[in-house]
Order: sequence, then structure tokens, then C-alpha cells
Amino acid sequence: MTPSAISIKGLTKKYNNRFAVDGIDLEIGYGEIFAILGPNGAGKTTTVEILEGYRKQDSGEVRVLGEDPGHLGDKTYSWRERIGIVLQSSGDAADLSVREVVHHFAKYYSKAKDPESVIAQTGLSEKADDKIRNLSGGQRRRLDVALGIIGSPELLFLDEPTTGFDPEARRAFWDLIRTLRDEGTTILLTTHYLDEAEALADRVAVISAGKIIEVSSPEKLGGRHMAQARITWLEGGKQHERFTSTPTADVAIISTRVGGEIPELQVIRPSLEDVYLKMIGEAP
Amino acid sequence: MLLFIFGSIFKNTIAPGVTFSQYFVAGMIASGVVNSGFQQLAISIPMERDFGTLKRLRGTPMSPASYFIGKAILVTALTVIQIALLMGFGAALFGLSMPTSPEKWFRFLWLIIIGSACTTALGIAFSTVPKSGRGASAIVSPLVIILQFFSGVFFVFTQLPKWMQDFASIFPLKWLTQGMRSVFLPDSFMQQEVAKSWEVGKTAIILLVWTIIGIVFSIKKFKWANS
Repeated sequence: MTPSAISIKGLTKKYNNRFAVDGIDLEIGYGEIFAILGPNGAGKTTTVEILEGYRKQDSGEVRVLGEDPGHLGDKTYSWRERIGIVLQSSGDAADLSVREVVHHFAKYYSKAKDPESVIAQTGLSEKADDKIRNLSGGQRRRLDVALGIIGSPELLFLDEPTTGFDPEARRAFWDLIRTLRDEGTTILLTTHYLDEAEALADRVAVISAGKIIEVSSPEKLGGRHMAQARITWLEGGKQHERFTSTPTADVAIISTRVGGEIPELQVIRPSLEDVYLKMIGEAP
Repeated sequence: MLLFIFGSIFKNTIAPGVTFSQYFVAGMIASGVVNSGFQQLAISIPMERDFGTLKRLRGTPMSPASYFIGKAILVTALTVIQIALLMGFGAALFGLSMPTSPEKWFRFLWLIIIGSACTTALGIAFSTVPKSGRGASAIVSPLVIILQFFSGVFFVFTQLPKWMQDFASIFPLKWLTQGMRSVFLPDSFMQQEVAKSWEVGKTAIILLVWTIIGIVFSIKKFKWANS
């Protein structure tokens, strides 16, 4: 069996006598983009911070790139060389230029990428000599990504990376992430944007109240691809609704019955959002 | 700023051959060390924590030692500049005389070095206390000013009430200011000090003890991120 980039077994973490993480098992393979999807307070951030080495688990076995991030010992620095963390930061180093900061962080790593190519790759070439205080929010995030990838990490952690982005910036960002994956980086991302999970992730884990509800590819999540479709239409002055696994046949039957065009016909497959909301228990 | 204001106001002679201005400049030089070390770090480190800078550095292969060495170098540079300015203006405008013997210059040097180490260690230790950068500014600046009042920077120490003197003697600033006076003021002034001597040895020990306290506290308590 090929080793996993990240392997979690029975992870728990308590705060104030409440389980923030309540028994999680997860295996994430090398080279995949894996998304953790869940509402605020579900335990995504706690889990990821444990994986990043910022917190220690209460119980359970955690292996990231083969090491336990909570107990690295003398492997601390060699492990940190291999991971990249994209953090949100505001306001710091406001008077330094983009170029200065990226070059500076490159020096922390023994296998750094060329800072100029990282600046280009994150779309910051035009802004490279601007002071950080003058960057827009989206540009600041790109800089956060640049600092996360400057060390040529094998594994990249992204925590809610496109919060606050406009749609165009979003898509450009997704392209960047896909490029990184194509270069062989394993990527773990947390998000509450369903379209982001759908666009980027090879596999998604839905987390709620500290537990994993399901892990699968976005298309198959919640049995979505096999779930029933919902047909709605107007007949006899009333709105009708029907759930069916054979929408085409059913539409044909209704059409024959009403003699041609079916008024206000809609055939709806469950969206990722429908599936997701149902899973985390918020659907009506 | 304070130097100009106070130095210009209080020009009276407080002992044969010594004006208050000179007393004050010596005290300000000691304060300069506290300002560049303790005050600077106790405010800027919580701010860096707020910004997420520390958390980011923690995720890189940078060793914590590098961070603190970097801070120590920063403090040294700031201290040297501050002291040079204070000495320059002090000599030019307020009659501060330079240390009169190699022994005094040597004492000046180690006072700066140990004083800086002490305030740096205490600054890093104290940075663990404020919950935010803004909280830090609100706590630290008044704290330093109050300490300066107690420690004989703005008033001649021996003129302060005894309870204040005893309280101030627990903390390093009183000793640092006394040390600076021993460097810049004539030895005849010794008679005016509390113990009728400069107490140089005791000064060194107290500064070293506080440095160690600062280091131990920092190692145990330093936080890279607000929880």
C-alpha cells in the first residue's frame, strides 16, 4: 500500500470539556487536492492546526509526511522544510515590498524556489516593488500563497483561501492551485465554498460537530450521482413535485398526459449544496 | 524631547559641581536602554503576534533562536543610536562630561551590554502578558513612566520618600540609573547616593539576576500565536 501524505486515526481534541474534534480517521494521498468542507465550529481549523503542528492532539495517531507534527523532536526543522502553510496575515511588514518579503522568506529554506519565479507564478510581478500596505486583499492572499510555496513544499495547507475574493479572482486562484498540484504538490484545503470544493478537490471530507460525515469525490458525495432527481411542473392550476430515479421516462409520461409542452417544467438534480446541507443537518 | 524639556528647566546645582541637568541626562541614558529594550519589545512582539507574523515564522524552518538573536541585534542598534544622541546633546547643551577614566568607560560599556541584555530578556518575557498589540501599548508605556518616576530619572533619587526608594530598588532601572551616574558624574557625588557609594558590584548582580529571570520566564511562557 502506498504511504499516505497524511494519515489520521482516532484523532480527538477537547477544549473546555467539549470535543472540538471527536474521533476522526482520514487518509490523504500524495499528489491529491483534498478539501475539508464544514460549517464554522465543526472542527476543520482545529484539525488542520494539529496537522500543521500548531496544536497537539489529545489522542489518536497523526502522521504528516511520515512524522507526528505534535512530537517532532529533532525532526522539527527538516519536517517544516517540507510543508508550506498559507496563513492569513494582515498588517505585518507593511512597509516592505513584495519582492523583499519573498526573498527574505526564501532564506529560511534550504531548497527554496527561485523567488522571482514564485512572484511571477502568483501573479504578483506587476506589484513586486510595491509596499505590502498598498496591496489589495486579493493580492495580499497571493502573497500569502507565495510565502507558503517559496520553500518548495511537498504538502501545502490552505485555510479558506479565497474568502472575500470576487469570482474572477477566485478562478485565477484555482488555476494557480491546479498548477501546483500538477507540479506534484499535495494540497489540503479547508473551505466553506461548495463551488470551490467542486472545482478543485479530487476528494472531499464533510466535517460537522467534530466528526467526519463522509469522504468521497465531489460528484459522488452523498450518493449524489445516483440520487433521485426532482421534477416540478404546473398541472391543473397547481404546482406538482415528484422525486424519481428515472426523470426522462417520467417527463415523457407527464408530457403525454398534458398533451405536449409541460408548463414550468423543471428537472433538478441535487446540487453539492443540497447534499452538503442535508449532511450537516441544516436542510429542512 | 523629555531631555530638552527637563534639562532646560532644572538647571540648579544639586551638589558641588553637579547640576540637575547632568543628573537627569545620566538617568535618561539609562532610560534609553529600557526604552530600546523593554518598552520596544514588550509592545512590538504582541503586535507581531496579532499580525500573525510569529505564527508564520513558527511554520518555517527558522529556529526560534534566530528570531531572538535578531531582536537582540535590533535592540543593540537602537540602544547605541539613542545613547549616542543623548550623550551628544547632553554634552553640547547640558554640560554632561564624558567618563573620565578608562575604568569608567569600561563600566559604561558593560552597563550598556548587561543593561540591554536585561531589558531585552524582560521585554520578551513581558510580551507574553498582553493579550493584544493595542493592550500592550496601553500597559507598557505607563508602566515604564511610573518606573522612571520611582527610579530617580525625573527627580533626584535620594529626595524621594524612603518607601518609594525601597520599592524602586527591587527593579533594575534604579540600579541602571545609578550606574550611569557613576560613569558620568564626578565621584564626589557618591556621597549623595543612598549608600554613600556607587554600589557598582551590587548593580551588576541585580541586573544579571533580572536578566536570568527574564530568560527563564520567556522560555517557559513565550507564545507564537494567540489561542
